[in-house]
Formats: sequence, structure tokens, C-alpha cells
Amino acid sequence: MSQVQAELKYSKEHEWVEVLDNERVRVGITQFAQEQLGDIVFIELPEQGATVKVNESMGTVESVKAVSDIYSPVSGEIVEVNGELEEAPEAINGDAYGAGWMVVIKLADAAELDELMTAEQYEAFSKEEE
Amino acid sequence: MLNTIPKAEQQQKDKALIFEMSKPGRVSYSLPVCDVPEVEVTSIIPSDFLREAPAELPEVSELQLMRHYTELSKRNHGVDSGFYPLGSCTMKYNPKINEDVARYPGFARIHPYQPEETVQGALQLMYELQEDLAAITGMDAVTLQSAAGAQGEWTGLMMIRAYHESRGEKRTKVIVPDSAHGTNPASASVAGLETITVASDANGFVDVEALRQVVGPDTAALMLTNPNTLGLFEKGIVEIAEIVHEAGGLLYYDGANANAILGKARPGDMGFDVVHLNLHKTFTTPHGGGGPGSGPVGVKKELLPFLPKPMVIKEDDMYRLDFDRPQSIGRVKAYYGNFGINVRAYTYIRTMGPEGLRLVSENAVLNANYMMRKLAKHYDLPFDYVCKHEFVLSGKRQKKQGVRTLDIAKRLLDFGYHPPTIYFPLIVEECLMIEPTETESKETLDEFIEAMIQIAQEAEVTPEIVQEAPHHTVVSRLDEVLAARKPVLRYTKSE
Repeated sequence: MSQVQAELKYSKEHEWVEVLDNERVRVGITQFAQEQLGDIVFIELPEQGATVKVNESMGTVESVKAVSDIYSPVSGEIVEVNGELEEAPEAINGDAYGAGWMVVIKLADAAELDELMTAEQYEAFSKEEE
Repeated sequence: MLNTIPKAEQQQKDKALIFEMSKPGRVSYSLPVCDVPEVEVTSIIPSDFLREAPAELPEVSELQLMRHYTELSKRNHGVDSGFYPLGSCTMKYNPKINEDVARYPGFARIHPYQPEETVQGALQLMYELQEDLAAITGMDAVTLQSAAGAQGEWTGLMMIRAYHESRGEKRTKVIVPDSAHGTNPASASVAGLETITVASDANGFVDVEALRQVVGPDTAALMLTNPNTLGLFEKGIVEIAEIVHEAGGLLYYDGANANAILGKARPGDMGFDVVHLNLHKTFTTPHGGGGPGSGPVGVKKELLPFLPKPMVIKEDDMYRLDFDRPQSIGRVKAYYGNFGINVRAYTYIRTMGPEGLRLVSENAVLNANYMMRKLAKHYDLPFDYVCKHEFVLSGKRQKKQGVRTLDIAKRLLDFGYHPPTIYFPLIVEECLMIEPTETESKETLDEFIEAMIQIAQEAEVTPEIVQEAPHHTVVSRLDEVLAARKPVLRYTKSE
């Protein structure tokens, strides 16, 4: 899988953001993030209806190597959660930008999207982290 | 703990589980004839609490049982059987005199509810251990109750919370560096506080400017390990303490790495307000599966009222338990902590004396630096300073040959070593964290260095030997992913 997808936006904490419409975004972790984590064995996501704040932890992802926080790239309300991941967290390793999506967030402040990186910026950013 | 067994012929032996060895009717006991009237179990225990089918307990002879568990015990690896350089865990030798003293009837055969005047010796030992640990850490008082390091962290944070609340302040944020032990944020969370991570700078130290940015009126505490998990002494500690104190927060010292500073530097003098020590690391009480642990917590004057109760106090010539502590956070452990373990730590402190403890740290630091310099030619050294009791290497160079740090750790099993801590701290790529401790001889250090150099050479010439390791253990690579995703926690008989 390619490291980035052109149409998505990215956070410094290695989350991707797909803008679905004016008020909703889909969120997951990037291909780079899942490669760094290794085989993911457990995931804890917020519940539907929960309020999340930009750059604050909204869940955790556990791999054989480590437990990491999932930081919300935007503020808003959780309107959808990928329940499949509870049983099959390996989907994040297999398809980070597809079946490995985590939540859909209803935006509290659409201006926060402007703070995120483009695919090109993120690619350069993650190269530096490597 | 990982299991190693050096001899090939032993590998195939005794792989059966005790359940698989079972033969119906075989017993390893013989009871005398019952001399009291038999009672039907259903007549005395409600049926809800009775099992419906008999438990399928293994049926084996006493000799089979002994051989089975003796064989399994030989597969253990511990400090008594081999080198164990597990970074940040301080796997040092536990002197056997500790065991002798802990078995004295006056310590081993007393009851926690005995009247105080009949256990003066035990209380005196607890009192003196409180005093000794306070002197070693530069604190004003110490509680021995916490049963482990993480519980010590939690106890310390609960006292910090109570302290702020008693002053009418609402402070909920705990600042933790990104090189911290994972227990720090976990303890903060269990104590009902929130964690903020502060980054390390390019040299591996707390980024003082970043710290200035995050402190504020909501800062409850900063948790710090010093030396940090990179084995580096936070030289900016005085400035760091000032920044946190000026913001109204307190400083918490994670004592995981205290083996580096005994008799050399005291957290109390560095500006810390609360300290925990891991007696099972620094003070030679059993560690890991051999525990239990003990995590005493020391505090400065301003936190004295909040210490867990009871505290052991001395009045005239009598030692007694003081329960009259209205602001105490309460009891954090049944009775008075892991008393038998505390006896061992006391024995160690009194055996070593102040000069002996100073030498412990000097030799722990010397051993780590000797190893670091010898290995720096063969592995990447991300932070090139004089280290304290441990150091980190990076397997970056070996990764280019397709050999990961995990492979290096597995290959060390073939040499009969417990591998170092790996992939921690998280801020170092392909990290190996090595802590030799002071109790190892130069010969042992040299042999381990040789093995590490050989593995570095194998990574270049014959990487598959490392990638497919271990070759000489009872089992080779276990499927850790499957074990985590689909754990089998209970034996079920296959039909």
C-alpha cells in the first residue's frame, strides 16, 4: 500500500482525515503509523456520542510492541465507530486507509481542518520521523 | 521470563502437560481412614455453589509430579542462573543473608494483630527502615505500605491530590516526559488525574522550554525518573524543579533508576516532593515472578499529614502504630505492606552501610559505561555521554541488514542470556536498553560483550542466523500476535 493517499489530510500524530461532507470527517491512523506499531492486537475507541477535542487522546491502540494513544485530529462528536475493529484490529495493519478506519466525527469547528497537513506535507514529515 | 535450556537432548523431553500425563485412578496420596462421620456435601453447601461435573484434575504419581515440576523449574532463567541485563529493572543479585533474616521466627512467625508490645522488634525494624529510606532519598518521612512501584506512584499521586485539595486548589494535570515509564501515565489516570506529555530535546533530556509552555494553574505534578530511561542524569533538574514549583505544582520522583544515585545524590535535594523506591530493584528483594514487590513512598514536610495510615512511630522507647492521622489518604494495603520483603531490604541496607551503598552506585555506573564503550563500535549509540547505571543502543545499523532488535534479543537466548529491554524507551528507534548492575564480574560483562559483537558480525555476514534465532531453546519463536489476539487461557481436554 502506498504511504499516503492524495485526497486525505494528515495530523502530526499520524492520523488521516477524510472529509465526507461539510460537517463530517472519517478518521484512522496512517500506513506509516501502523508500520511503526507492528501487529495490532487490541484497540479501544470512543463511544458513539462522545465528545472529542483536537490533539487530545480519544482512544488507544495496542501492538505487540507498545500501547499508543490515538489523538483526535479535530474537535467534535463521535457519530460512527468502526465496531469491526474490536474483533479484528488486524484490519488496521492490512488496510489502514480503508477497512481500518476508526471513527466518523461531526466537526465542531471546520477551521481546524486547515491546521492539518496535505499528503505531500505529511510524506515529508513522516520521512523526517523515520 | 523467557525460558532457555542449553542442551539439545533436553529439548525434546517432557513436553507433555501435567494433564496429558494423567491416568485414571493414579494417585499420589494415601489418606488414613476417615474417623469422623461423613457428611453429604449437598447438605451443607447450596447447590448453586456446587460444580455439576467433577473437576478433571490430573491423576499422577508423586514421583511423576516431582519430575514434571523439577524439569519445568530447570527451564527458568533468573539472576541466580545467568546474566539478566534487563534495562530499568535492576536485576541484581539478591544476597541470601536477606532470606536468613526474613526467616527469623521473630519476623516470620508473628501476626499483624498481635499487641504492639509483643512485636517491638518488628516495629523497630519498620521504623528504622522508614528512617533509612528517608535519609537515602532526602525526604522527611516514608511509608512502607505500597506493595510495588506502580502502587507507590499511585499512593504518591493520591497524596499530591489531597495536598492540592486541602489548599482549595483544583489541579488535575500531571506532566510526564515522553521517555517515562508507562506506569507514570497509568498511575495518574487511576488517581483521577490527566496526563500531559512533554517531549525530550535532541540530547535526550526534558525539553525545558516545552515544559515552560505546559505548566500552569492546573499543574498538579511533574513525574520524573532521574537518571531517565536513557540512563542520563537530568542535569537541568534544579531549573525544572523551579519551573514546576513556581507554577504551584509538585515534583514526583520515580525511583526506578535509584540504583544510579545511592549515596551520591538525593531526590529531596534535587527539589522533589514525593519519591517512591522499588525495593525489589535497588534494595535486593526478589523481583519479577519471585516477588512480591515493595514500593515505599517518601514525602517532604508539607505532605506529611496525607501519608497512608498507620505510620510506625517512636514514643519514648516504644514503637507503635499511629492511626490518628485525620488527613491521611487512608490505608493503601492490608496490614503494613509486604513486611517480609521490607525485612530483606533492611538487611541489605544494614549489611552494606552508607559506604557500601555508595559503592553499589559507583560500580553500577562503571559497569554500564564499560559495556557502553565496548559496544559503541558495533551498535549505534544515539546519546553519546557518560551514562549512569544503564544505557541505550539502537539497532539501526543492523536493521539495514534486515536484522531487527527483536532478532538480536532472540539470538541472545542462544548464548544463555536474558535479553535486555527492547523497544523502550519509545523515543529510540530499534532500542536496546542495557543495565548490567553492580553485582556482575568483569568476566561476565566481557562474555556478554563478546556475544553482542558476534551477533553484530552475524547480522552482516549471516543475517539468517539471527533472524531465525533462537536455535537452542525449548521452543523457538512464539506467535505473540496470535497469543495476544486469541489467547487460550485454560486447558481443555481434546477428545
